[in-house]
Amino acid sequence: MSIQPYKIAILAMGGEGGGVLADWIVQLGEANGFVAQTTSVPGVAQRTGATIYYVELFDHSLSKIATQLPVLSLMPMPGDVDIVMASELMEAGRAVVRGLVTSNRTTLIASTHRVYAMSEKSHMGDGRVDSSQLLDEIRKVANRFIGFDMAKVAQDHQSVISAVLFGSLAASKTLPFTKTQFEETIRQGGVGVEQSLKAFDQAYGLSESSTGKGASQFFATPKETFKLPSQSGLHPKIKSLIERIENAFPSNVQEILLHGVKRLVEYQDPDYAHLFLDRMLALKNCFSSNESELIRESARHLALWMSYEDTARVASLKIQASRFDRVKQESQANAGQIVLINEYMHPRLQEIAETLPSVLGRMILGSQVLRYAIGALTSKGRIVQTSTISGFLILTLVASAKRWRRSTLRFKEEDERIEKWMGLIKTCALQNSEKCLEWIKCQTLVKGYSETHERGVKSFDLIFAVVQKNTNLLDTDISSLRNAALADEKGAALQAALSKWPSISVSM
Amino acid sequence: MAERSFVEEVKKLRLKDGEIFSGEGILAVTKALLESGVSYVAGYQGAPISHLMDVLADANDIMEEHGIRFENSANEATAAATLAASVNYPIRGAVTFKSTVGTNVASDALANLASGGVKGGALIIVGEDYGEGSSIMQERSHAFAMKSQIWLLDPRPNLPSMVRAVKMGFELSEASSTPVMLELRIRACHVHGFFTAKDNQRAQYTLREAMDTPQRDVSRIVLPPSSYLHEQEKINDRWPAAVKFIQDKGLNEFFAEDSADIGIIVQGGIYNTLVRSLERLGLADIYGQTKIPLYVMNVTYPLVDAEIVRFCTGKKAVLMVEEGQPNFIEQNLSLILKQANSSTTLHGKDFLPMGGEYTNLVVLNGLKSFFEKHGKEFTAFNQNQAANPNDVTAIAPLVHPRPPGFCTGCPERPIFTAMKLMEKEIGQHHISADIGCHLFSILPPFNLGNTTMGYGLGTAGSSALNVSASKRVISIMGDGGFWHNGLTSGIANAVFNKSDNLTVVVDNSYTSATGGQDVLSSKALNKNRSTGHEIEKAIKGVGVQWVKTVHRTYDIATMKKLMKEALTNKEKGPKVLIAQSECMLNKQRREKPLVKAAIKKGVRVVKEKFGVDPETCTGDHSCIRLSGCPSLSIKENPDPLRLEPVATVLESCVGCGVCGEASHAAVLCPSFYKAQVISNPSLIDRVLSTLRKWVIDRLQQRMIKRQMAYRF
Repeated sequence: MSIQPYKIAILAMGGEGGGVLADWIVQLGEANGFVAQTTSVPGVAQRTGATIYYVELFDHSLSKIATQLPVLSLMPMPGDVDIVMASELMEAGRAVVRGLVTSNRTTLIASTHRVYAMSEKSHMGDGRVDSSQLLDEIRKVANRFIGFDMAKVAQDHQSVISAVLFGSLAASKTLPFTKTQFEETIRQGGVGVEQSLKAFDQAYGLSESSTGKGASQFFATPKETFKLPSQSGLHPKIKSLIERIENAFPSNVQEILLHGVKRLVEYQDPDYAHLFLDRMLALKNCFSSNESELIRESARHLALWMSYEDTARVASLKIQASRFDRVKQESQANAGQIVLINEYMHPRLQEIAETLPSVLGRMILGSQVLRYAIGALTSKGRIVQTSTISGFLILTLVASAKRWRRSTLRFKEEDERIEKWMGLIKTCALQNSEKCLEWIKCQTLVKGYSETHERGVKSFDLIFAVVQKNTNLLDTDISSLRNAALADEKGAALQAALSKWPSISVSM
Repeated sequence: MAERSFVEEVKKLRLKDGEIFSGEGILAVTKALLESGVSYVAGYQGAPISHLMDVLADANDIMEEHGIRFENSANEATAAATLAASVNYPIRGAVTFKSTVGTNVASDALANLASGGVKGGALIIVGEDYGEGSSIMQERSHAFAMKSQIWLLDPRPNLPSMVRAVKMGFELSEASSTPVMLELRIRACHVHGFFTAKDNQRAQYTLREAMDTPQRDVSRIVLPPSSYLHEQEKINDRWPAAVKFIQDKGLNEFFAEDSADIGIIVQGGIYNTLVRSLERLGLADIYGQTKIPLYVMNVTYPLVDAEIVRFCTGKKAVLMVEEGQPNFIEQNLSLILKQANSSTTLHGKDFLPMGGEYTNLVVLNGLKSFFEKHGKEFTAFNQNQAANPNDVTAIAPLVHPRPPGFCTGCPERPIFTAMKLMEKEIGQHHISADIGCHLFSILPPFNLGNTTMGYGLGTAGSSALNVSASKRVISIMGDGGFWHNGLTSGIANAVFNKSDNLTVVVDNSYTSATGGQDVLSSKALNKNRSTGHEIEKAIKGVGVQWVKTVHRTYDIATMKKLMKEALTNKEKGPKVLIAQSECMLNKQRREKPLVKAAIKKGVRVVKEKFGVDPETCTGDHSCIRLSGCPSLSIKENPDPLRLEPVATVLESCVGCGVCGEASHAAVLCPSFYKAQVISNPSLIDRVLSTLRKWVIDRLQQRMIKRQMAYRF
């Protein structure tokens, strides 16, 4: 084969600095006697879209005639790329789909972090692509893979991802330049040199050790073996809760039950957590003995439902000391800076009425005058400054509404829905456990606030009616109804999916 | 003031004879203009030629030294008409714009220019936005060259060839009294390479001389009988003169002309792609030394019959590699060969696709078919060198499209959030979209907009929908499009034709989509241009009665209220809502260093950043569906009971406020908070903060104590 240039493709998103990286590689080449060419088609993709840069480096010292220049390509050819660099995992996947990564020669250098695509972010539930699967597929086709969370390294050094990728490129030894020559290129650039060099250096070290890892090692979360907490020194009421979990439930479901119990003690009180366990026991008795998955899922959903988000709950979460610490940390304020916290809240007439004791709530909802007056007061959202004394006290006051929560309208409504949901779980459990599991998961539709909550309840009721009426429904039918409810906000997909089934009239 | 500064690039424009220019293709072309003794340059920005405009805007002193007039034209028609200065005087001028969209707009002036012909060299540099990454309809500039008989250069995509094309372009223009179009594809414009510079030339004949001692020649004006004469001149004088010049100067190139009995004819711009494909097939080396004869058309219009016949003589078959459709060149070749009684078989779009970008792989596959048929001896290519793509069926569904969208903090986002919320209340409306960043509204998560008919034509695009109906129509127009033509084609037209619809003018102080160049209504002071002319005044000036301006587009509630009002009020006549906030990309670029400096100097600065409380977020993502901000993302739910990811605000947040305003206006959820970080707090800040902290800490300690009783 004749002398070949090094062929390098860079996949990035507009505004990420893929151009900077391409320029560095060109400067690195030119400073060391190579003929370098780079080009791109940024155009509108500069505005956050997926974009690609292509570089060819040709060792001109190998040419026999000095005046003879290479004819370099302006675009990567599938199957003919030595090095692919991607600033993010899905962009690495895009390189593979475009055929730029081939198992016989391509070194793929990619950050394993995710910048979610709009389709993943805007999903009404979980629309994320499985990162492990994506990484596995990518690694299957790459000749060599160098990857780690490069965004984090960049962030740790207050640098940019280009510097990290450049460090990994140096460590890959795929180009005939020394580490010093790479570093010199960054120095010549003159912008943010110190931070870039630090990021470069760490990337260099990480890259050398990253090559042999399996996907699980990239995303592994350390799994501890679960044990119920020891009861010594605990409040007797808490002790009795733990005892009930220990005595009545198998060990492989105890963890989720403990999470549920903790949540409900914090949400209301130990008695409320006992109610949760009562309900779980009732469900457990309907399930056949080895159905730990059904217990786990129903416990998870029941605990979430019983700790539905009302204004008292939200207010109580907003005033926690731990939350104040988290906001300070997220805003990256240093010791000399002051952080003010502003909450964007927009409780409507309904939420206010629902939080009051049901007598008062009904009175408000039943009175034209009160509805109008409160409606006018709540037509605009409010900003509450929790970091001020008055703002903090207001939220403390709202949080204290927890005391009469059991007597509120909302509590009654949610309680009825929970009973309805549980009733159908018991019915389904008698039919088959797969179907029962899918019905249990339908609780996921009831979440959020205001309109989101109303929409969820509506979807839940519609599916409830169909499941109750049609005993011949399969587990897959229920899951597709549930997915349809999460497909769009207007409920068009759900309507289409429901039209297949006769339904009883909805009464709520 | 463009998105980036070109101070470094401007230095390259001063390079002297023998020095090496190293940089981007379009900047090499700019340098070539100076080396050609150009007297004036005009144009309208747009990818991929924006940088030519931007660098000249930053090179005012060089322009003054050389007596060059640089115009930021109002639109491409203006730019093309600027070339009128070369009709009567021996003055070289160049204009530039994005093609084919810009050429469409310019075509009236171009046709008039080409009819009368030119005395001084007139060069039209078009950035051909075709293929990958293109934002426009897929058409060819070639048609404009043919219809107006403007010569078309399509040089090989390396810097020396492109620079030579500029210089030869001026000479060709003068030798044949015809304007010349230089077509540069997007990758060629952005290609990094080098060439050996020459000294810049000062024009012999100046613009000032033309103004001081005007000359006229009625035969150059397009009006009968001259216009009939022009057509004859084109055929009898200018065309032959051009062909002779092209041949004499050897503008087209032959490679390995007699090395085989087959050959390939290629547009200059596709040369590198062709050579790489040949190299992959083992038929050329990396220097372009080929075993297959090549005829490279650096001039793609007019064709030089004699050269084509010469190349085809003795060849049983040739392949025409011509990107885009229709296949004008192939059709022309077919006639030339027929008339020359040639026995050579012509192939082209039968082996290559009719439409779409000619990538390496496309050309490689076309070559394979051609050699299978006519060059069996060349098919012994090494399979390993040829592309052998992987099976990607497993991974393809995991890779989602990532189209461009509004930047973090973009002031245009809340306009469409408000529109979406407004539609929720009063129903879906017909929306006539325009060209500009605001066109991203047609994509998820907004999904708003029915048609786009061209730059500045948003309002014009809704003209027919102007009868009595239960709903009005919404048109969108950017400030760039407004000054480009929208004021007359859209707003004035709506006044004259008594439209009853709403136009939302998106005024962000720049033509942002093309790189943040200034327009008349820009707020920034620009010492070379007159800015600060308000859009509202212009709109009132053409007679619109209902004009409202929102000075903070992030105020979603007000945006929504005014849109609703304009769509439902009793008032007749066109309504215009100006949504005004500065482009965030430019604002950040301007303010970031100032803020940094202020903090360093000890000035009190309040920075805002949004966040989401993961405990209260239930993972429905309504907020994302109303925003699509790159800084508003999702992350793993920290709650052991929940599986769905929670919304999260990334570090890149600029605190524009849309998250909060949207959750207020749409009554979403209480999970958003705004953190205000005060740097260099004042004494009052510190006293207040200490007091608050003291009280709140105590209250929180009491809460913790209570919670501890029930600890696990």
